[in-house]
Amino acid sequence: MNNSDYIRRANSAFMTAMTALCTLLAVGALLIILSHIAWQGIGSLNFQFLTDSPRPVGEGGGIGNAIIGSLVLLLLASGIGLPLGICVGVYLSEIGRGRFGGAVRFIVDTLTGIPSIVTGVFVYAILVLPMKHFSALAGGVALALIMVPIVARTTEEMLKLVPHSLREGALALGAPQWRVTLGVVIPAAAPGIATGAMLAIARVSGETAPLLFTAFGSRFFPSSLNEPIASLTVQIYNYAISPYDEWHAQAWAATLVLMTLVLSINIVVRILTRKKF
Amino acid sequence: MSAVRENEGLAFVGQGSTWRRALSPTGNTGDAVFRVLMLGVALLMVGIVVAMVAALTADSMASIRQFGFGFLTSQRWDPVKGDFGALPFIYGTVASSLIALLISVPFSLGIAIFLVEQAPHYISRPVGFLVELLAAIPSVVYGLWGIFVLAPFLRNYIDPALASAFGWLPLFKGQITGIGLLTGGIILAIMVTPIISAVVRDVLAAVPGSQREAALALGATKWEMIRVVLVNGAPGIAGAVILGLGRALGETMAVTMVIGNRAQISPSLFDPSYTIASAIANEFTEATGDLYLSALVELGLILFLVTFIVNGIARVLVWNVTRKTGGVGRAA
Repeated sequence: MNNSDYIRRANSAFMTAMTALCTLLAVGALLIILSHIAWQGIGSLNFQFLTDSPRPVGEGGGIGNAIIGSLVLLLLASGIGLPLGICVGVYLSEIGRGRFGGAVRFIVDTLTGIPSIVTGVFVYAILVLPMKHFSALAGGVALALIMVPIVARTTEEMLKLVPHSLREGALALGAPQWRVTLGVVIPAAAPGIATGAMLAIARVSGETAPLLFTAFGSRFFPSSLNEPIASLTVQIYNYAISPYDEWHAQAWAATLVLMTLVLSINIVVRILTRKKF
Repeated sequence: MSAVRENEGLAFVGQGSTWRRALSPTGNTGDAVFRVLMLGVALLMVGIVVAMVAALTADSMASIRQFGFGFLTSQRWDPVKGDFGALPFIYGTVASSLIALLISVPFSLGIAIFLVEQAPHYISRPVGFLVELLAAIPSVVYGLWGIFVLAPFLRNYIDPALASAFGWLPLFKGQITGIGLLTGGIILAIMVTPIISAVVRDVLAAVPGSQREAALALGATKWEMIRVVLVNGAPGIAGAVILGLGRALGETMAVTMVIGNRAQISPSLFDPSYTIASAIANEFTEATGDLYLSALVELGLILFLVTFIVNGIARVLVWNVTRKTGGVGRAA
């Protein structure tokens, strides 16, 4: 073995070690961020904080209205976004195979990359301006628009995993395509579609930008879908950029609540999919 | 029952109505309804994109008429005088995204290479999941962490070190506050790393194993073999990077919270800057007057068009690689 071989081997060992270091740093960043949230957030977390509505500085207050508001927004978004997204996924997997299907797939993929703030501006233009006020409804529609392409693509992937023999078997028994799709293909892919839906919910539950000028935010518990509504993320933003230490502490505690929701969905999905595939 | 359906079908085909057959090749009425419904939803997707362009254009018409193409080249942003130009925001958006890519691309490649080429299965699966979790952290949470952890850390340790080592460059001159272009770029880098590395992982996994075996059989070291794999996946890796760029361009909350939000073009990375998305997030609800609002909507239109094009290019690149080489790999 000559000298240049040693150099090549040393170089190879060095570079492979560097890639491990990159990975270590990324995982380290995750752990640093998560542990910091837990450490900063746990102090202000108590029952009153979770159930009370916001109060002026120095009087405590909590994020109860924001938690309820976020849940309302997520329900609205899921109610609109999930059925639409699943239908688009069914179209992409079962029907749209030609040039038009490819175009729809391309548009859905590109919609996934549209910045959520632009979605917010769009919903402001089509809902908030005509209605002349911010509303929970507008916020829900904005989140739904973000959900649809995500749900559509995961649904398509899951439907494509269903073996063709299942479709052929049902068709051979005389079932028309719609019954094959609704009665055989979708039930077979249902667990996958459900996990895709959960991931989409986790994703939009952390969205802030599209809510700033659609749902806007509120200091009270929601009473109507036609009024501005509070959300955890907007509340975190407003408290984070405020000059008060007390509100900063509340922002960390609210973040801990939000991260608990987001992470538990992600981990549950991970456990479910590991068993399935 | 089935005989009846068959007759129905024959009746359909017998009529020779081609559009009906296009709707339902089986000739079943239920199928025709089902297909029309699904097609309608698919058309709705196309409609949403068209409506986005139409609504954003309509609402930015006042600004487009007033400033024309000068909007893109003017540095003035003066809501009081009603004079609006987008150049500082375009600069801030592009500069912060480039900083993000400069930092995150080597990291993302390293992570993807480690997970696909080196780590055994029992490590790459859980570690890959942890890296993906970075993408699950909401933007506003990165912003909060950026304000209270990253910015002070940069202000006290990294920025002074950069200033003393490279202070002769205009890039690292000026007052150090911890809030500015560099901090925005670093936060973005952390946020796009999981996205780029996830796509690169898919691309590398799609490179056929025969390429690796051939390189190793010719006496290549592990790293030389990996370089062969990287060259094979180059178009897909480019697609992944562009995908990350698209994400960085449109990222809003985290950047807004740490970039300083001042509409200026400064050569120093320590100085506050402003991105298109941050400008919309910060000023939209405060915008008084139609022209102000219209200028902000035009910023949104620019952001929409740019990210649409960037994402389109990225998708085409990634699709081509994961499909073509994926097919070869399966055959081999």
